[in-house]
Amino acid sequence: MTTAVDLGVEAPEVVERTSTEERRATIIGIILMVLAAVVLGVFAFGVPPDATSTFNLSLPTDAIQNLSVSFNSRLFSGVAAVLIFVLGVDRLRRRNLRWTNAALGIGLLLFVLAFLAWAAADSSFSLVGMLRSTVISSVVITLGALTGLTCERAGVINIGIEGQLLSGAFVAVVLSSAFGTLAGVAGGLIVGALLGALLAWLAIRFSVDQIIAGVVINILAVGLTSFLASRILSEAQNLNAPARVPSIRIPILADIPVIGPMFFDHTFFVYVTFLLVVALHFGFFRTRWGLRARSVGEHPKAADTLGIDVLKVRYRNVIGAGLIAGFGGAFLALAQISRFEENMTGGIGFIGLAAMIFGRWMPFGALAAGLIFGFSGALAQKVAILGTGIPSEFMLMLPYVATIIVVAGLVGRSRPPAADGQPYIKQ
Amino acid sequence: MSEVKTPMASKSPPPERPSWMDRVTGVGTSVGRSLLLPTLALITALIIGGFIIALSDIDSLKLLFSEPATAISQMWNEVLAAYKALFQGSVGSINAISETLFAATPLLLAGLGIAVGFRAGLFNIGAQGQMLIGGLIATYVGLYLNLPAILHIPLTLAGGLAGGMLWGGFAGLLKAKTGAHEVITTIMLNFIALFFMQWVLTTSGIQDPGRNNPVSAALPESAQLPKLFGSQYRVTIGFLIAIAAVFVVQWLLYRSSIGFEFRAVGSNPEAGRYAGMNVAVVVTLAMAIAGGLAGIAGANQVMGLEPYKATPSLAGFVGFDAITVALLGRSNPIGVMWAAILFGALSAGGREMQGAAQVPIDLVVVLQALIVIFVAAPGLIRAIWRVKADDGETVTQVSTGWGS
Repeated sequence: MTTAVDLGVEAPEVVERTSTEERRATIIGIILMVLAAVVLGVFAFGVPPDATSTFNLSLPTDAIQNLSVSFNSRLFSGVAAVLIFVLGVDRLRRRNLRWTNAALGIGLLLFVLAFLAWAAADSSFSLVGMLRSTVISSVVITLGALTGLTCERAGVINIGIEGQLLSGAFVAVVLSSAFGTLAGVAGGLIVGALLGALLAWLAIRFSVDQIIAGVVINILAVGLTSFLASRILSEAQNLNAPARVPSIRIPILADIPVIGPMFFDHTFFVYVTFLLVVALHFGFFRTRWGLRARSVGEHPKAADTLGIDVLKVRYRNVIGAGLIAGFGGAFLALAQISRFEENMTGGIGFIGLAAMIFGRWMPFGALAAGLIFGFSGALAQKVAILGTGIPSEFMLMLPYVATIIVVAGLVGRSRPPAADGQPYIKQ
Repeated sequence: MSEVKTPMASKSPPPERPSWMDRVTGVGTSVGRSLLLPTLALITALIIGGFIIALSDIDSLKLLFSEPATAISQMWNEVLAAYKALFQGSVGSINAISETLFAATPLLLAGLGIAVGFRAGLFNIGAQGQMLIGGLIATYVGLYLNLPAILHIPLTLAGGLAGGMLWGGFAGLLKAKTGAHEVITTIMLNFIALFFMQWVLTTSGIQDPGRNNPVSAALPESAQLPKLFGSQYRVTIGFLIAIAAVFVVQWLLYRSSIGFEFRAVGSNPEAGRYAGMNVAVVVTLAMAIAGGLAGIAGANQVMGLEPYKATPSLAGFVGFDAITVALLGRSNPIGVMWAAILFGALSAGGREMQGAAQVPIDLVVVLQALIVIFVAAPGLIRAIWRVKADDGETVTQVSTGWGS
């Protein structure tokens, strides 16, 4: 292994970075102007001048009923187009480069709102319903991203998240059907941790390439769960009927319009995920464990010199991360879909990895990225129902296209832990 | 590919005391050594697979505590029946051999593509999507051209090649220009290709008239691959094309200058850059060629089997199995060929196993994953069997982090 020690080569990068940032501002400026043109040409002039769009802001179960906003579709999109255009022009001036991502974010938000106004012209659209399903679909993605960053902060790439989620889902469904939710969750956690241990063992003990080990774990998980599903679940249907997980309504907070149904009326999985984000942030950046884990991921040799057991830290983090993935699998199977289907994860573990990169290996970044990916998924589902003439397949591509855009660095390059993916062999 | 010295290597027994296994198998010749590891990997995987079959047999499990002897003999018989069917279905008859080669054809083509990627230091998980787009373009060429078979077949295959190159090359271009890691982009492109197929196969001009699900019209006879052993056996000349591809890839990687650049950039991109190679071009081209080979595999799935129609599921699970094929073959074209034939045999036998012994074919996927785990971790096999098997070339090291 050639472990390059990149000390002192950072200096010239600063100069180059300014120019890439400038180029990125230009690209994003052009993208924003194109978006403005689409909003004006398609969304504003694609509806009759007097069409009205209605966004519903309450669910039938809410305490405060029949909240909604109505507005003229064309006027709304026209204003949005002007705002996006102004943002684009501002980017082309190449000033305040640190606001580029914010400009892109606001521009995309306005674009999506104009799109929804167009799709809901002369009809109504449950905005709060979409935001609520955004939160629900973000949970697995966030948990996947947290799994990834817990491994990678310690220098182990985990491509096997997908397999951990899938196996966790399978075991959770079987155990929950037989013994109840608690057993299901416990089973999911255990199987996630076991696959984490397998990954760590292959990667650390046998120096198997970490990406290869992860991919093989995914294939193993698909094969094994499909095999067991068609051998056991197809015969014993009662094992594919997990106990219902009740929602816990948080008093008072759940009655707040919009925010309440979005965040405070969910199964315990969702609350645990939010708490986990906070706990991991605290753990990684405020505790001795976090400092050690990060040092192992950045410069294992230095950490070793200081007396940290590099391999032990890596084992502990990868196995601990497996618990998170197993929890995600249990949520997917018990609360989100409520049964096991072959290959039910459908690439969500990889979207989680993209969310980890997008979130710059930070727990709160993972949550924010998870919400954005969750939003694109929820948008795809809701718009497919609205019937806009856009083939639903194209809407379903959205989260995957968004993932490519994110990893292609349109939102700026992010730097992984320096020793990410490199086996460490004690000299 | 940096050679990874496993910690196990230093702990293996000293050479002057060969273990019992070495003496039994007469290990010592180089051929014996290079085959020993995959063979032991296969045997170990089959043993674990046997336990998986036995322990997932609900009827026997229920008896395990009341009548343990009956339960165990039932389990034993079931494992025996399953593996007998696996053997019969893969090499037990001419038809079985035809089925094995039939299943090996797309695995070999797509596996070669992944091997080319590995050699250039790229992990292409996108064979699935590349097969879909390749199959799609091949279907258009097959449906819209009206030529004699001698021209129509090569052109349709070329359509598959072009489609796959486009889809794979795009991931390569993204990697070269933005540093986007190909593992993530190729997986995302798989899903995009899948949704695209679900839509495009319902558009007029390609959809089978009178159907409302995504299915293309059937290719004309002039675009269908002829059968190799007569009409009663399914294997087509696609298998010969795949074998030809083995030698083309062998030449490309080890005899051509672009292949040298692939391998140079694959083992050390920085060194390649200093030697004056255009890493961006090499990466894009390597992914395009990898995708092109998968695209031919996709064309084969439309041109080479009844009812000669493209569907969104035409790639089946081949694109992922091809990864295990390339890993087992250690990214060496000849090795990939044997690996594809082995996995073709497992797949053909797996169908027989599902039909005759009611053991789901998904077991084959588990066996493949286990075989690759053991081949990728030679130390594990050495520890289990107490042999000093030759590592051969270490499996490609592809983890270079997410940065460019």
